[in-house]
Amino acid sequence: MLPLRERLPHLPRVPWFGMAIAAFFFVSLASGSVPAGAEDAATSDDASTASAAPPADDKKLLRVVYLGKEYEEPLPLSYSEEIITDKGIQGARLMLKEANQAGNFVGHAFELEEAIVPEDGDVVAKAKEQLAAGNRFFLADLEPDDLLAVSDLPEAKDALIMNIRSSATKLRQEECRQNVFHIIPDYAMRADAIAQYLIWKKWPRWYMVRRDTAEDQDYAAQVKRSAARFGGKVVEDHLYDLPPGARNLDSGHQQIQQQMAQETERSPDHDVVWAINSDDDFGDYLMYRTTRARPVVGTQGLQATAWDKSYTESGGMHFQNAIPKLAKRKPVERDYTAWLGFRSLSDAAMKSGKVDPKGVKSYMLSDEFKLEAFKGQALSFRGWDHQMRQPIILGGGTRVPVTTSPQEGFLHPTNLTDTLGFDKPETKCKF
Amino acid sequence: MTRISLATTCAAALFLAAAPMSHAETIFVSNEKDNTITILDGDTMELIKTVKTARRPRGIILSPDFKELFVAAGDGNIIDVIDTNTLEITRQLESGPDPELMDVDPDGKIIYIANEDDSIVTIMEVANGEVLAQVPVGVEPEGMAVSPGDKYTAATSESTSMAHIIDNKTRKLIANVLVDSRPREAKWTKDGSELWVSSEIGGTISVIDPKTWKITKKIGFEVPGLRPEQLQPVGMDFVNDGKLMLVPLGPANRVAVIDTDKKEVVDYILVGQRPWHGEPSADGKKYYVANGLTNDMTIIDVDSLKAVKSVPVGRLPWGVAVMPGKPGA
Repeated sequence: MLPLRERLPHLPRVPWFGMAIAAFFFVSLASGSVPAGAEDAATSDDASTASAAPPADDKKLLRVVYLGKEYEEPLPLSYSEEIITDKGIQGARLMLKEANQAGNFVGHAFELEEAIVPEDGDVVAKAKEQLAAGNRFFLADLEPDDLLAVSDLPEAKDALIMNIRSSATKLRQEECRQNVFHIIPDYAMRADAIAQYLIWKKWPRWYMVRRDTAEDQDYAAQVKRSAARFGGKVVEDHLYDLPPGARNLDSGHQQIQQQMAQETERSPDHDVVWAINSDDDFGDYLMYRTTRARPVVGTQGLQATAWDKSYTESGGMHFQNAIPKLAKRKPVERDYTAWLGFRSLSDAAMKSGKVDPKGVKSYMLSDEFKLEAFKGQALSFRGWDHQMRQPIILGGGTRVPVTTSPQEGFLHPTNLTDTLGFDKPETKCKF
Repeated sequence: MTRISLATTCAAALFLAAAPMSHAETIFVSNEKDNTITILDGDTMELIKTVKTARRPRGIILSPDFKELFVAAGDGNIIDVIDTNTLEITRQLESGPDPELMDVDPDGKIIYIANEDDSIVTIMEVANGEVLAQVPVGVEPEGMAVSPGDKYTAATSESTSMAHIIDNKTRKLIANVLVDSRPREAKWTKDGSELWVSSEIGGTISVIDPKTWKITKKIGFEVPGLRPEQLQPVGMDFVNDGKLMLVPLGPANRVAVIDTDKKEVVDYILVGQRPWHGEPSADGKKYYVANGLTNDMTIIDVDSLKAVKSVPVGRLPWGVAVMPGKPGA
């Protein structure tokens, strides 16, 4: 039997001019008119030029600065994998479009200033420049030292800085700042998200194999904390100290096959291998090559993440489809955190009607703030450390997500998502 | 999973057996994961037929004359049209990408379709599938509701959190109302004096006055022992001549009952897991609600507001439509 589509006479197909619609939309935005039917959509040609036009005077304007630095990204372990140099900014660009799409209907307008300095550039000077121009809303694609230097500027005192990049726990703990909000989950949340699942699976013995960068040390400490919290055990904390090698090696897998067996054969008995390798230079080698048949979790294998290429639930396909239209590639976690950081600001502005930093901040920290972001529940900020509370996806290497934490049975008196990361009684943050 | 006691089930069986045949009706349920429509005899709850559709059928509605059933198949980027007499798909409407929900004008001539992925509402002629207009709305449009007098169509945008109001004559937007997070469905009262919009993630229903396009009342939900984030209103259906509104609450596994005069929740009815959409029976005495995660449909007796029976349907059931009479009758 033929598929129905082939059996039926085809109705005339409407040309599917998504871009033309967008173009039309931006034209109407620039002119301040209410969008009408798309009959005359084809008359406009370029969406990007129209979107740069200044908003009508009667709109409430909120200007967001994407403050970044071109740090050297760790190379993906696979030589065939594409090196992505625009992580994050593409998410911000998407939200600019979506925020204006919404704002246009309710008298709000949003702008995005891209302030990204080269690797040897002075990001603090760039921040000062932006602050002097009166900008107060920032998406910070910055490593911890730069983030702290910017947030400690006296003129940044009343700014709102969205941390979209760093998972360092100290930024939520001893080094927390009242003007910084953390969109990206920290290592404590990531470790707890995986730990809950392993405990639920009754796989409580973890063999940790790791490198020793600052990020790795932080993550390792959080895994030990998770073990203590949920009844797991780190049976051994093993350092992998062979230097990273060339990625493109003929027959290299034969040597790796022997090495990984050696790395794991003397370990005490364990249920899973917890790989901690932020630089992504060996973790994947562990999978299927351990002495005992054990799954790998951590920075490779099963990963705890705010966004995953396999995630499609709760409307998530919208984001999976929207980023490739802009970026010609699949979304990565930082695209999502940049989108979400911008979205926190734009949503708070539109719902509260405020566009001053104080008004937006106060709304973001209120009970009214309930952000929709494809996670099946409202996201909000923890008042004690400004970390965004959110469910965490466990995926990373699988074609469909394995699960989402918090897991069933891990209880909390107010917010189940507060079982992930530092809860109020544990916080060392003082604003 | 909801287990209804044996006594209740027996009572239900009696209740159903006692139902007069004059109330014959046919129930259609869309199964998102199976790519099928389950068609049940409303008297016996026996399966009449399972119809294979394009991929990911979700929103289903009947034409006002009950002759056709429209099935929005999101992954198929198409609307399948089922002849309710022969129970075969007889034609398709080229809806554009990812149709989710739709509504038809009172004459059955024009269909309004939410194209989730493209942030537009497609306005189409039912008879020949001709696109009359496309109206850009907020991000991820979903809910669609033509007002009783055919004056307006309300479209909700999930990501933008708005109810957009289209003037059906000019096919232009005349109002945009900001509601709580992730608005799913829109429903007009019978007299058109109120527009109700459910916000799934915000956990509220906003009642909007079409004279001012302002929210006059927000209705929240509260169930002891359940966390607020589990109370997610999705579908909405007026029953009991508009005196009550029934609201499936998703992960709360309950249907809320709202007194539409007082605009207060008066009861919660335990059903299967993750109910999203339902539909009243043709005589208004029963309410059928599809339970997404338990692959069944709960039948609620509207007089007693009790769940009386559940019947198995396909995998991941989503929407329900009810036709008076039997196919071919």
